[in-house]
Amino acid sequence: MFNPQWDTNTPNRLRRRLVNGVIPVLLLAGFSVSPLVYANQAILFQMMAFMALAQGVNLLYGFTGYLPFGYVGFFGIGAYGMAISIQLLHFPGILAVIIGGLLSSVIAMAFLPLLRLSGAYFAISSLAAAEVLSHIVSNSAFIHITNGPYGEQLTQSYHPLTSYVVMVIVLVLTTVVVIFIRNRPFGRALMAIREDPVSAAMAGISVVRARSVVWLLSALIAGLTGALFGWHMSVFYPSTVFDLNISILAIVFTLFGGYGTVTGPVLGSIVLYGLYNAIGISDPQYFQLIYGLLIIALVLFLPGGIISLIQRRGNYVP
Amino acid sequence: MSHEPVLAFEDIVKKFGTFRALDKVSATLKAGEILGLVGPNGSGKTTLINVISGLYNPDAGKILFQGLDITRWPMHKRARVGINRTFQIPKPFKSLSITENVALAYHYGSKPAMNPRQALDFVGLSHAASQLALQLNSTQQKLLDLARALAAGPKILLIDELAAGLNHQELKVIADHVQLLAQQGIALIVVEHHLGFVNQLTNRVIVMNAGKEIFQGSLDQAAQDPVVSAVYLGTGS
Repeated sequence: MFNPQWDTNTPNRLRRRLVNGVIPVLLLAGFSVSPLVYANQAILFQMMAFMALAQGVNLLYGFTGYLPFGYVGFFGIGAYGMAISIQLLHFPGILAVIIGGLLSSVIAMAFLPLLRLSGAYFAISSLAAAEVLSHIVSNSAFIHITNGPYGEQLTQSYHPLTSYVVMVIVLVLTTVVVIFIRNRPFGRALMAIREDPVSAAMAGISVVRARSVVWLLSALIAGLTGALFGWHMSVFYPSTVFDLNISILAIVFTLFGGYGTVTGPVLGSIVLYGLYNAIGISDPQYFQLIYGLLIIALVLFLPGGIISLIQRRGNYVP
Repeated sequence: MSHEPVLAFEDIVKKFGTFRALDKVSATLKAGEILGLVGPNGSGKTTLINVISGLYNPDAGKILFQGLDITRWPMHKRARVGINRTFQIPKPFKSLSITENVALAYHYGSKPAMNPRQALDFVGLSHAASQLALQLNSTQQKLLDLARALAAGPKILLIDELAAGLNHQELKVIADHVQLLAQQGIALIVVEHHLGFVNQLTNRVIVMNAGKEIFQGSLDQAAQDPVVSAVYLGTGS
């Protein structure tokens, strides 16, 4: 066990646990109550989906240093795994979602060798991997399984309320997992690997195993989210669930909020997805402009995200 | 103390392309023994440390730890049985606190080991325990490297140029500390340019040149050896 008395970065362990515990409770309460006061459930659902994806990116980039531009590949596989489970295997929706998530992790296993790369090489190769998956799914040769380029229609299994509730649960569980990892020796080990894998190995950390665990876990998160997205939408195409913008938005939300923290991706998703819905649909040209300016400002002045404004003053941020 | 070697490496060869960085280097080391590894730049000292610690796989030869063949073991597995090292250019986890740096090694490393507080006390960094590692100067980072290695419970400790940049008084303190570790039964290989520092620690050295071991014996004898003299001072021709 990691001896917490050595975790000297935090002023008070009890207070820290409390602050950490508040985040999933707030998410649970917020997204459970908000459909009662805000009618557009689709927006709330997508905000949750992006929040979960941002936490997945956070695990990969914030803790381990891998920038996954191809993260959407796991999202798409999750959606198709779910759809195939419903269409061909006639599984109930929730079981199909779980199968979608697990399928993403299985696919992630096949791409484990990508973790031998680093920096831009990893980012580009993960993007290529997502493209490969997208082309396989949309290939006419697999039309009997994936319906090829014509997408999936799951109108017979359309359960917007159930899929919304399950999304709330997946988001809360994802957040709890990230909190757990961040506050355990494993989380510190991941950060150590991000800083210096050689030195981490010499501290006795199995670098390959730790990276693999995070890779599979983040694939599971993306897979479950993609599966829920597909179920909630009930109609989707390969271009919808393998859209590169999904990766980019999840990465931007994470970086904007502050990677390596639990709060960062939550805040980033609320602020930027909120902004997207406020002006992105009505005035897309202004939205793109504001978005671009925000990203430039972030890179130049706040590389640690908005959370770093609070951290700078020495405050603990979960 | 056991007379069986805790570490033995036999005919280690390490090539980079066609360049033989290590060419059939062999030695044994007993618990509590200090072996100095000296030689000019590029002679293969750090490469040997890298091979023993698992950073490089040798192209030929065998490494035995307590009689166990560990030649192909990954670094973390070696750390977990008690082989550890410091780095010539220190490699702390800069965004973690000094305590966290050491606590990680204590958590994942071999047991028994110094706990983080003991390790930081030993190297004199307890006063800075809550600081981030990036706030340390390079000498302090080297000491943190040492503390991290100690908290991982080493039975063999490979020290790579710890003395560089230290003043006379600091050298004396570090030499005393290294000897204290040997007295506790840790076997040490000390890579060093500073021969005075090596002399304070041990009288058993391996002198290397161009990947080959050119001398093994006492430092005094090495000073008299014509081959060693030629390497250090030139042949005069």
